[in-house]
Amino acid sequence: MINKLKIFFVILIFLFSSGLKASEKKTPFIDTNWNFKGIFGKFDRGELRRGYQVYSEVCSGCHSISQLSYRNLYEKGGPEFSIENVKQIAASFDVLDGPNSDGEMFTRPGRLPDKFVDPYPNIESAIAANGGAYPPDMSVLAKARKDGPAYIYSLLQGYVEPPKGYELDEGVYYNKYMDGNQIKMPNVLFDDLVEYEDGTKATTEQMAKDVSNFLMWAAEPNLEERHKLGFRVILYLIILALLVYFSMNRLWSRIESKK
Amino acid sequence: MSSSYLILTTIIIFLLIFLYISWIFISNEIENKKETGERRDFLYTASYALGAVGLGAAVWPLVDQMNPDASVKALSTTEVDISNIDVGKSITVLWRGKPVFIRRRTQEEIIESQNTKLTELKDPQKDQDRVKKPEWLVMLGVCTHLGCVPLGGKGDYKGWFCPCHGSHYDKSGRIRKGPAPTNLPIPKYEFVDNNTIKIG
Amino acid sequence: MSEEKYIPKSKIGQWFDSRLPLLSLMHHLRDYPTPKNLNYWWTFGAILTFCLIAQIITGLVLAMHYVAHADLAFESVEHIMRNVNYGWLIRYFHANGSSMFFLAVYIHIFRALFYGSYKSPREMIWILGMLIYILMMATAFMGYVLPWGQMSFWAATVITNLFSAIPFIGESIVTWLWGGYSVDSPMLTRFYSLHYLLPFLIFALVILHIWALHIPGNNNPVGIDIKQPSKDTVPFSPYIAVKDLYALIIFLIITAGFVFFAPNILSHPDNYIKANPLVTPTHIVPEWYLLPFYAILRAVPSKLGGVIVMFASLFILMFLPWLDTSKVRSAVFKPLSKLFFWVLVIDVVILGYIGANPPEGLYLLIGRVATIYYFLHFILVLPVLGYKEKTIPLPISISDPVLGGQPNISTTRSREDIKEKQHD
Repeated sequence: MINKLKIFFVILIFLFSSGLKASEKKTPFIDTNWNFKGIFGKFDRGELRRGYQVYSEVCSGCHSISQLSYRNLYEKGGPEFSIENVKQIAASFDVLDGPNSDGEMFTRPGRLPDKFVDPYPNIESAIAANGGAYPPDMSVLAKARKDGPAYIYSLLQGYVEPPKGYELDEGVYYNKYMDGNQIKMPNVLFDDLVEYEDGTKATTEQMAKDVSNFLMWAAEPNLEERHKLGFRVILYLIILALLVYFSMNRLWSRIESKK
Repeated sequence: MSSSYLILTTIIIFLLIFLYISWIFISNEIENKKETGERRDFLYTASYALGAVGLGAAVWPLVDQMNPDASVKALSTTEVDISNIDVGKSITVLWRGKPVFIRRRTQEEIIESQNTKLTELKDPQKDQDRVKKPEWLVMLGVCTHLGCVPLGGKGDYKGWFCPCHGSHYDKSGRIRKGPAPTNLPIPKYEFVDNNTIKIG
Repeated sequence: MSEEKYIPKSKIGQWFDSRLPLLSLMHHLRDYPTPKNLNYWWTFGAILTFCLIAQIITGLVLAMHYVAHADLAFESVEHIMRNVNYGWLIRYFHANGSSMFFLAVYIHIFRALFYGSYKSPREMIWILGMLIYILMMATAFMGYVLPWGQMSFWAATVITNLFSAIPFIGESIVTWLWGGYSVDSPMLTRFYSLHYLLPFLIFALVILHIWALHIPGNNNPVGIDIKQPSKDTVPFSPYIAVKDLYALIIFLIITAGFVFFAPNILSHPDNYIKANPLVTPTHIVPEWYLLPFYAILRAVPSKLGGVIVMFASLFILMFLPWLDTSKVRSAVFKPLSKLFFWVLVIDVVILGYIGANPPEGLYLLIGRVATIYYFLHFILVLPVLGYKEKTIPLPISISDPVLGGQPNISTTRSREDIKEKQHD
């Protein structure tokens, strides 16, 4: 009888939760397959490299990525550009350094250990330059949103005409996937906006996917190492568990036989 | 990385001690086995061995986190502009958190340093071996005794003098008198061009 | 306990042990007679000890890299994640470790509830356990504030504001807690200091908890008193130790699953946004393990009332040994208690679910009903059940058939009767 009651309660909870959940209406994110998902998930180097290109040519005008250093671009598990390539990338930025011996701040070309240079000198100027909305820092953006990569991927393709009768506020755009459907960021991706170095066709979908992958890597630069180590750790623990289990059985068989 | 191996060895020693202690802890169980005539079992040994390996592997990240991290390692080179240094003047720059003395020596200093007899030196080294260009002396400003920063132009040899325990260095940064055992060390550096030195 | 007095064999051992009985203690821990029928629900004590030590060690390591300042805390956590050797592993282990710690502690608590482990003569173990639990919640909450993300900041704001409900002096207490007029660096630094201190207090309480356990000895699934040592007990080492170890490894596999393959699934994405005093997240939720209490807090329409009821829901547990009037410990022999035990479990799960959702409409109603039931369970159900419930006959010893076999006493007997029987 108790078991039946238990089942009854469980069903009740499910009914409640599904009933309650149904009241929240939200457009599900566009489905795509992510290379980094799963136990053996790894980033696709091509996607990361193209994603960096999209970031640097499109996003970086407004969005900072301040937790990353230029050196990360050649380190293992990332886009893995060649070190010369990254040196060039770093040198193309002006890094504020100093003070020098005269007490003056000066700018110099970026070097590998430098953090990525922010597009704006401070948050206030970023807000002022973008009509009152702060373009969020992208370092951990993919972890700062629920289902981050899918969210970014969908959002970038979510600019559609607002439904009939929808009143859009001044200076905002309609986006299917944004909370509240209003977003300050204009639609930035158009087909063939960038010219990929590896010859991949730069469709909006492709660019959105590449940059989402890149941002996931930016947020989780140790993801590949984590998956690799995790697999080994769990394998080890399972073997150890088996050994201990059989040892335990052997030990306890003494007690049981005494009975 | 020799330090890592040293640490690893220490861990292994600790593990052995740990194993020994746990052995004592379970020794009554082994006595029991002897009484019942049971032989020591492959299963138990394998469990212990595998457990010890895992424990060692788990300790490593906790130890390794204290080694220099990726951002510290990346900062290991510093470029210095030396175009503003006049003859007979020196500057001190920071490299890996330590002072580096860069001195543009006068002709007299160079000649004096080069003509010092090696027999007079506590840690014999030719001046030529201590510089890449005779005009430029680049060395770590850390006393080899206990790590204080020596003062320039002071001491019995008018080179450097460490105020902490009275070590006297000559104009080539070689130890002449006092408790320090060796000359001021020369960091790895190169001339990128005539006006720039890259240290590290 | 009817253990033989231990005398070390060697002269040095005797000299040492007569001055500091560490060897006797080791011997006691090793030979400690433990009921042989303990099931896997009993392994969580050892698992929790492991959790505490693992949290202390990983926390110690994180403290070597963390910076407790409002401007730098978030960046220093990212520095740990990106630059420090294995920093990501240690931080993810610490963060998910706290969730696993609470998972284990909830199983441990509900095990005690089911098998009546809080009942005489084990009240002190239970009360110490509750103190540990309260300290754990305080520690976890302060730890959650340290990364200085949006959830950290606003959780800290909301929870410290609870104290403003205290009449007259509330506001000044909150200002005192903050060290200013808002949640900022001064509070972060003191939370960091306390987050470092409290685990060691917990550790001390754990020693007392185990000490108090070793006076009457373990309860067991049958819930009857057993003679120690006897044919119903086994020495702790190696029998129970290896069982605990096995359970711990299984527990670690699950932990590793979270740490390596879903490290952020238990935390809120908003905590990867740096704290911003100008923007509140759309809805603030605490970590999952605090959700039931959060639901209780919000179920009450008054500010002070909510705070009082929430703390009451914790402190009522302290009186549990006296609220439960039943003479039988284990719910195995109490069909109705068993049923109500599961009702309580479901009630707490519902409260947790409600805590994760906004307090509106149906959620609020369910939350209120669940809160009322939570208190009714302890104030009404347990005392009444103790007097009224007809229990299944208890066996005399663990070695006797328990369920499915023939019970050898045909009538319900209280613990005292059985004790007498045992001494026959």
